[in-house]
Amino acid sequence: MADFMEMVKWDNLMLATRETIYMTSISVLATFILGLLLGLLLFLTSKGNMWENRAINVIIAGFVNIFRSIPFIILIVLLIPFTKILVGTMLGANAALPALIIGAAPFYARMVEIALREIDKGVIEASQSMGATHGQIIFKVLIPESMPALISGITVTAISLVGFTAMAGVIGAGGLGHFAYLEGFQRNRPIVTLTATIAILILVFIIQFIGDYFTKKTDKR
Amino acid sequence: MISIKNVLKIFQSKQGQIKAVDDVNLEIKDGEIFGVIGYSGAGKSTLIRMLNGLELPTEGSVTVAGREISKIKGSELRKARQEISMIFQHFNLLWSRTVSENIAFPLEIAGVSAPQRKKRVAELIKLVGLEGREDAYPSQLSGGQKQRVGIARALANSPKVLLCDEATSALDPQTTDSILELLVDINKKLGLTIVLITHEMHVIRKICHRVAVMESGRVVELGSVLDVFKNPQQPITKRFVQQVTEQEKTKETAEHLLGRYPHGKIVQLTFLGESAEQPLITRVIRDFDVVVNILQGNISHTQNGSYGTLFIHLDGQTNEIQNAIDYIHSQQVGVEVISHG
Repeated sequence: MADFMEMVKWDNLMLATRETIYMTSISVLATFILGLLLGLLLFLTSKGNMWENRAINVIIAGFVNIFRSIPFIILIVLLIPFTKILVGTMLGANAALPALIIGAAPFYARMVEIALREIDKGVIEASQSMGATHGQIIFKVLIPESMPALISGITVTAISLVGFTAMAGVIGAGGLGHFAYLEGFQRNRPIVTLTATIAILILVFIIQFIGDYFTKKTDKR
Repeated sequence: MISIKNVLKIFQSKQGQIKAVDDVNLEIKDGEIFGVIGYSGAGKSTLIRMLNGLELPTEGSVTVAGREISKIKGSELRKARQEISMIFQHFNLLWSRTVSENIAFPLEIAGVSAPQRKKRVAELIKLVGLEGREDAYPSQLSGGQKQRVGIARALANSPKVLLCDEATSALDPQTTDSILELLVDINKKLGLTIVLITHEMHVIRKICHRVAVMESGRVVELGSVLDVFKNPQQPITKRFVQQVTEQEKTKETAEHLLGRYPHGKIVQLTFLGESAEQPLITRVIRDFDVVVNILQGNISHTQNGSYGTLFIHLDGQTNEIQNAIDYIHSQQVGVEVISHG
């Protein structure tokens, strides 16, 4: 036991956890905004909806499908030039953010689209019959009425993002993935790898718990 | 208030063109409760949706409260829609909002300030009888209560016209009646023009002043509810009238009665409006030497008066019976002697 306590560098673990939390929370926030935007556009430009426009719909759907299909580890490598321009470096937590967001937002956009499709068309029609503007329909009807699905969707996305940060960690972004790989795997200390895994699991459980709580709280159906 | 002129609506489908509404002309007066009845697919839903611009006519014009709905767009249309409210078969409430918040929704759209909204919502809750349920969510309400929220929401911006799209079709008969009473009440209190579409003649009978019967996109019959009940012209109208009077069943009964009463005469009386409320039978018994036996009867009350049928058996001297029949006739009551068919 004492051996174990000595082997794990607790300061480094705490630092790594903080980095993972930092990367996850920033990328979840950005993914939520970007994904919601893309999802709304996907929904609104689809057939029979307010901004029906086949061309725009096909372009966004194509963009979403392409970036959703690229494996994350390849996406990071592909985005290196872009990241360098944007962040100035390809090392550290901030350098992981563009890839995390571009990898997760299309995934979330699809979930947003599905959530919006679940809304009863009659409710949208009722709002139109009251003279609501498109903005009012989006902010007072579409988003509030799909809130539970939007929250459970971002919960699932946040959990995959934790996984993505670990992958990004291996190629230099820091965080628990980096910690597990460098201090655990490369120095042949399985116990360190295990500790990092437990830290990630705890993080995931907390995200799931918060997500479930708010999904339930907003669901008045 | 509402004027529909030469309206035609064609839908394009893979099977070709569908004429949903075919050359319809209607004038609906201020303060009237106007019913449109038809089976599903008759075009009544498309017609009512053209009154608030949810559908646009392919040809013709729709004018409501002085605005040509079929022409205006954008903010002008949105303004107009605040004066033409609609209630729906499936209520279409926002489930994420409470009763109060649902009713406040159209007020938010119209840009009413928060304190004003609060005041107006309280008035409306009282008007539709939902006191105590202000903070409930739609999922906690019964169908009738949900429709009351729908009505309160529709009345929030003090509209001039209320459109009812099969508003009672998802409700049980008792709840239907209470919602219909509420609509009549609103019509009288606020002088609101109400246009409703339905496939239930009961609804028309109970609250409408005038009715249009639709079949295959056309209005095949139009008139005051009482006239249509008294004297339906088209086969489809007769079928709808039978929904509430069960004419067929009555005829069968009459045939059966003829067998049971070989003497005297069986007479079918048709009462209309005022005549339904006179003590006719008492006079016949007092003034003529006949025996009167009431066999069967029913009276329906409509917004413009009562309508009823009564089967009686008259027995006595042939000329006395004839005199009695003549007397009944002079009282503006329809008389038909039933004989063996």
